[in-house]
Amino acid sequence: MTGRRIGVAVAILALIAVPFVIGEVYYVNIASQILLYAIFALGLNVLVGYAGLVSLGHAGLFGVAAYVTAYLLAAGYGHLVAILAAIAAGLVVTAGFAALALRATGISFIMISLALGEIIWGLAYRWISLTNGDNGISVATRPAPFGLPLTSARGFYDATLVVFLVAVAACAIFVRSPFGAALCGTRDQPRRMNTLGYHVWMIRFWAFMFSGLLTSVAGILFVYYNEFISPQALALTASAEGLLMVISGGAGTLLGPVIGAALVVIVKNVVSAYVTRWNFMLGAIFVAIVVFMPEGLVPGAVRLWRSAWRALSRREAAVIATRPQP
Amino acid sequence: MTFWLLLTVNSVTFGGLLFLLSAGFSLIFGLMRIPNLTHGSMFMVGAYLGTSLLSGALGITLNFWLAAVIGAVEVALLGALMERLLLRRLAGQQLAQVLVTLGVSFMAADLCLMGWGGDPISVATPPALAGFLRFGGAVFPLYRLAVILIAAVVALALWLMLERTRLGAMIRAGVDDPQMARVVGIRVSQLFTIVFALGAGLAGFAGMIGGPILSVYPGLDQDMLPLALVVVILGGTGSLLGSFVGSIIVGFIYNFGQALLPELAYFILFLPMVLVLALRPQGLFGGQVL
Amino acid sequence: MFRKLTPRKENLAFRKMTRRALLAGTAAGTAAALARFPTPAIAQAAPFKLGLLTVKTGPLAQGGIQMEQGVLTYLKETNYTMGGRKVDLVSADTGGNPAGTKTKAQELIERDKVDAILGPLAAFELLAITDYIREQKTPTLSVAGADDLTQRRPNPYFLRAAAASSQAMQPMGHYAATEMKLKRVVTISEDFAFGYEQMGGFQSAFQQDGGCIVSKLWPPLVTPDYTPYAAQISDCDGVCQGFAGSNPLRFMKAYANTGLKYPVVTGETGGDDALLKSFGEEAIGLISCTPYTVDLDTAGNNRFVEGMLKNYDTIPGQYAAIMYVSCQVIAAGLQAVGGDASDKEKFMAALRAVSLTDTPRGPVKFDHFGNIVGTFYVRRLGTEGAKYGLKLWNKTIKTYENVSQFWTWPEQEFLAHPVYSRDYPPLTKC
Repeated sequence: MTGRRIGVAVAILALIAVPFVIGEVYYVNIASQILLYAIFALGLNVLVGYAGLVSLGHAGLFGVAAYVTAYLLAAGYGHLVAILAAIAAGLVVTAGFAALALRATGISFIMISLALGEIIWGLAYRWISLTNGDNGISVATRPAPFGLPLTSARGFYDATLVVFLVAVAACAIFVRSPFGAALCGTRDQPRRMNTLGYHVWMIRFWAFMFSGLLTSVAGILFVYYNEFISPQALALTASAEGLLMVISGGAGTLLGPVIGAALVVIVKNVVSAYVTRWNFMLGAIFVAIVVFMPEGLVPGAVRLWRSAWRALSRREAAVIATRPQP
Repeated sequence: MTFWLLLTVNSVTFGGLLFLLSAGFSLIFGLMRIPNLTHGSMFMVGAYLGTSLLSGALGITLNFWLAAVIGAVEVALLGALMERLLLRRLAGQQLAQVLVTLGVSFMAADLCLMGWGGDPISVATPPALAGFLRFGGAVFPLYRLAVILIAAVVALALWLMLERTRLGAMIRAGVDDPQMARVVGIRVSQLFTIVFALGAGLAGFAGMIGGPILSVYPGLDQDMLPLALVVVILGGTGSLLGSFVGSIIVGFIYNFGQALLPELAYFILFLPMVLVLALRPQGLFGGQVL
Repeated sequence: MFRKLTPRKENLAFRKMTRRALLAGTAAGTAAALARFPTPAIAQAAPFKLGLLTVKTGPLAQGGIQMEQGVLTYLKETNYTMGGRKVDLVSADTGGNPAGTKTKAQELIERDKVDAILGPLAAFELLAITDYIREQKTPTLSVAGADDLTQRRPNPYFLRAAAASSQAMQPMGHYAATEMKLKRVVTISEDFAFGYEQMGGFQSAFQQDGGCIVSKLWPPLVTPDYTPYAAQISDCDGVCQGFAGSNPLRFMKAYANTGLKYPVVTGETGGDDALLKSFGEEAIGLISCTPYTVDLDTAGNNRFVEGMLKNYDTIPGQYAAIMYVSCQVIAAGLQAVGGDASDKEKFMAALRAVSLTDTPRGPVKFDHFGNIVGTFYVRRLGTEGAKYGLKLWNKTIKTYENVSQFWTWPEQEFLAHPVYSRDYPPLTKC
């Protein structure tokens, strides 16, 4: 157990050290993007990994929070008001999504979530008087919590890191809680859970709300990061990329979505400078992972690591056993 | 008056095109229980291959119809390849199969960009149908009327295949109950390949047929896939009649929506899909519940 | 039996390894992965770094690819030299969306340390990065319309050698009213900034000369089938379209399919010369007003067109030509500062002071907002004069010289009005 705690502390220190180790503003920004998309992926993972409900419409929830923030800021409201309103709006829309989508499971769920995501996208795209359509809404300033400005790359990174750590902690608590266990139960054996007296629908509903909360937070960070929001961020491709992050990293694990987010962001931004056809690469990596390593990169890597560890410990035990006794 | 007439005819035309696109999607969904998210890409690839054939890729310039058919066959073969190499490895894991189709759609889109460039390609209307029909003060392009006819012919052919041939019977059995079909001795996995190829081929054919109306451009796949989804959900998966009726309905919603309620155009397109999924998941004509 | 389960072969492979080594190796690997990414060599002194924000994927890709071809044609012609310095071009694909543009702009400025940026392509992309480039003080030369960036929200680091969105449409409105004698026009253009500003410009000039706009239609940027919109065109004697990218091709087809025969007028993108190879007979008769025409028979243009044909076997349109001209402007500016672009304010001032005569689009100079004052060409699409193996050609029928972004209105009066938008100027009873 202490080993794990040390590991966590080291990881946190490493993350804090990132802006110092990586001097260049550009890469610090990439790191910020990885963290905010990781929060999005963590939110999606609550549904995909732990509830077993694959959603192809989460970019819609992401977008609702982002648009509400941008709209209120443009209308002249303060940051705190905008952020709170965005989270509230995000939760309301999530509740609506959940009420409609949870009537189905499996493939049906995918289709409903896709349709709902498309509805939100369609509204963002065509309700010009509200959202400015394709022109998007610009955000002029970033908030300054406790007087610390977030305009610099480093400042924004630090703020995002704090939010990220809180999100990860929240997920960790969630997963280890009885509610989390019940959720996994509904994923694996919904009928038995029902028989045992668990209200499957309510469990899924609250999981959906938690997922929506994380997604909304990610959306707010996104709009502050880019200082801009446009309908592209809500398109089907954005939902698909979110799913890619979760699946490639490892659905149903805590770290998986984070690694997946890092993978996708790096391919999109960094690799794209060297490889023109990065979309193809993204698709190919995705297909390869789904076919060969369906549990995702993190569990797959963990599996390989563990089997290597076990093999070595067995070997060492064998060596010790055969050593000549004094 | 002209406005309504023109839009009505266009709705039926667009519906016809959507039927060609969605019939395959519906069959794949009904039989294999997966929404083939590569379907839009197949439409686009068929259109691109068709235009290449039209401009002489095989050394000889083909006429429009031949290019459409050969393009469709090529896409069918690609579909069969995809099914055997990727989907069959994940037999039984529907979720994984859906994700693979998603990944392949990313790859296909980029390959098309690599192969044909970012320039949109205009497809010339076949010369025999380049004229107009004047009726009731309105003008109707012959080609658009022809699309309705083609869709009807293909619908009839598919219906005959499904109702009157052994293959059709096997497909229907597979759609109704794959387990029992296997018990009875039907090679369901082989059927999967055939139906997937058929669906792909139909989509490719639709792409080329749609060429003179929509032209071919990067992003065509993203535009058409959601429409196919709406059609199939509305009409019911695995049901040919459902696809046909669903296509016409969506054709009307799409055209009149864009013209009369532009701000809510997509909302009214997808809302029926959501309602159907939430209230009547088997669609208007579908057999089994998903 | 259990002995068989211990894979001896595996032991052979791990002979030298212990668990400690495995642990150490994993830690080292993770540390290496988290270490800084290899940064590309940043040449500090010699080459002039030029960034290009273009679109190579998506519906606007057609224009984006042309942009790059125009820049490369210039660089190949001058052997990658500008103002006596070697040029290093870094190209970035924004994907045709504002978020992508922001990321790529950051990449170019922060990672590649470019001295100037060419592009981006679309108005909404430019609007997304205008604050950023102003902060970073990077001279940016774009084809993007976005009127206000040289009007009410001027960006001192921005230079536009193309035309403000409304700049080409104002002479078009004047021409439509005075020479084509149109009185009632329906406008149709994409539902974004570029569309609004174009149609607004047309409406202002058209109304001033006695015309009236009957209705305005706004299909979205990506519309597979324009028929529902074309079907709404009625009760008029002319149509004004402002489509961009490849949309003009589809619109003209859909329009022809409705059987309507009203004359169609358009601006810089709706009848772009690069589309000549793709237009069909339905486009014959299209009148367009553009900042560049391939038709222009001058030494500067002929050299440019031949360069494009030689390098890419393609006829240049607006996007390629304006990028080529922008390169000429940068070269002239760099020459004026003696090759030293490190003082950004000085370099920007030199760029704004550039005045050229022999560019592919004719004489070029900038007003105090950094927007071009130049010649605009009214052309008619037909078969007459077709060259370079094309069937169709845009033949110049009128030229307006020294056109500024304010057309014939005094600057103060123009700026007092709000920027052209979806509802401005408002529709009046016809």
